[in-house]
Amino acid sequence: MSGFAALVARDLRLVWRRPGDVAVVLAFFVVATTLFPLGIGPEANVLARIAAGVLWCAALFAALLSLDRLFAADFEDGTLDLLLLAPWPLELAALAKCCAHWIVTGVPLAALAPILGVAFGLDPSVLLALSVTLLVGTPTLSLIGGLAAALTLGARKSGALLALLALPLCVPTLIFGAGAVEALATGGDFGAHLAVLAALALVALATTPWAIAAALRQAGE
Amino acid sequence: MATPLLEVADLACRRGGRRVFERLSFALGRGELLALVGRNGSGKTTLLRALALLVHPEAGTISWQGVDVRAEPDAWRGRLAWLGHLEGLKADLTVAENLLAAERLRGAPQAEDRLDSALVAFDLSSLAARAVRTLSAGQRRRTALARVVLAQAPLWLLDEPLNALDAPAQAAFRRALATHLAAGGLAIAATHADLGLAGGRTLELGIPT
Repeated sequence: MSGFAALVARDLRLVWRRPGDVAVVLAFFVVATTLFPLGIGPEANVLARIAAGVLWCAALFAALLSLDRLFAADFEDGTLDLLLLAPWPLELAALAKCCAHWIVTGVPLAALAPILGVAFGLDPSVLLALSVTLLVGTPTLSLIGGLAAALTLGARKSGALLALLALPLCVPTLIFGAGAVEALATGGDFGAHLAVLAALALVALATTPWAIAAALRQAGE
Repeated sequence: MATPLLEVADLACRRGGRRVFERLSFALGRGELLALVGRNGSGKTTLLRALALLVHPEAGTISWQGVDVRAEPDAWRGRLAWLGHLEGLKADLTVAENLLAAERLRGAPQAEDRLDSALVAFDLSSLAARAVRTLSAGQRRRTALARVVLAQAPLWLLDEPLNALDAPAQAAFRRALATHLAAGGLAIAATHADLGLAGGRTLELGIPT
């Protein structure tokens, strides 16, 4: 087993041992999205109009909830030193950590979103599109959030700082993610929005592991 | 002295704006142990972290078989077994899972074959399936030491290896260290306690004024 696969497997096993961490994230997503129909009222047109934005925002906040522990736990128990000392690129280790985060948050959020979308009166095709955009967009959230988590490692109030750093960087993903769903619902160009969303994910994939590794090395000093 | 494998020349480190040590030089050959001693804040841990490339030295070189280790950092890290102040264990994994995960992160295949002997060396066989969060401080330290043994790395870097260990565990550590040295391994240990091995060298670090 390669070091990359071993690290992903280890983090997944840790989540399996403490499922409450993921359950809290998903519960937040459910509660946050269901509050909107309750607060705004049963006007179907209004709910359908705001659905994509609400679900994407809630997914973004839910993903951020779990990110402050992404590297902090390794930092606190000393396993970050073992990652820094692994005889393979730290950039790959950073990518493995973000990959594991995406598997346990991004994928469940994408799976859960269409179910919650029913409460907003979305058509089945739009529900499917919502799930696809989250599947394509949430890797960017994990990567950018991972960078913010690495940069705030060891800082006081790191959770708030992480959100302040990550949220502005996630705005393009939020715009094109929600925009893609909106485009499909209103007859716009869904494919173009999705392509931009995928491009943002690729840019994050190509850049953030190096930045995360640099931040982790700095934290390890 | 044996032909040096590890050579440190004119090493200097600065931490938090303060020079921790400077012009530090030593060499270590096969089967040699170097105990780092000195008061709190004298730079023992910093030296270990600098040797592991976790801290960037301000000046000086670290060479392995005559080659600067910074030229091939991944190869250098592959030669190290590390025990820090913190055990580097995941509380929610079992003892065995922690050891195997650490070996897999090192890219080492077939760690399962060697696991039993590492567990036996530190009397951990009966604890192998226990979650680390349920262990005492001494048992966690023994687990971390078993990880060092399991790594089969030529150079051990140990920060206070005897911390929290009772007398039988200390004896087990000394046996493991003696076996490692007898097999031609090297070890550098920061310690406030006597490592209890004859023939080891000592490097005393002072607090710079």
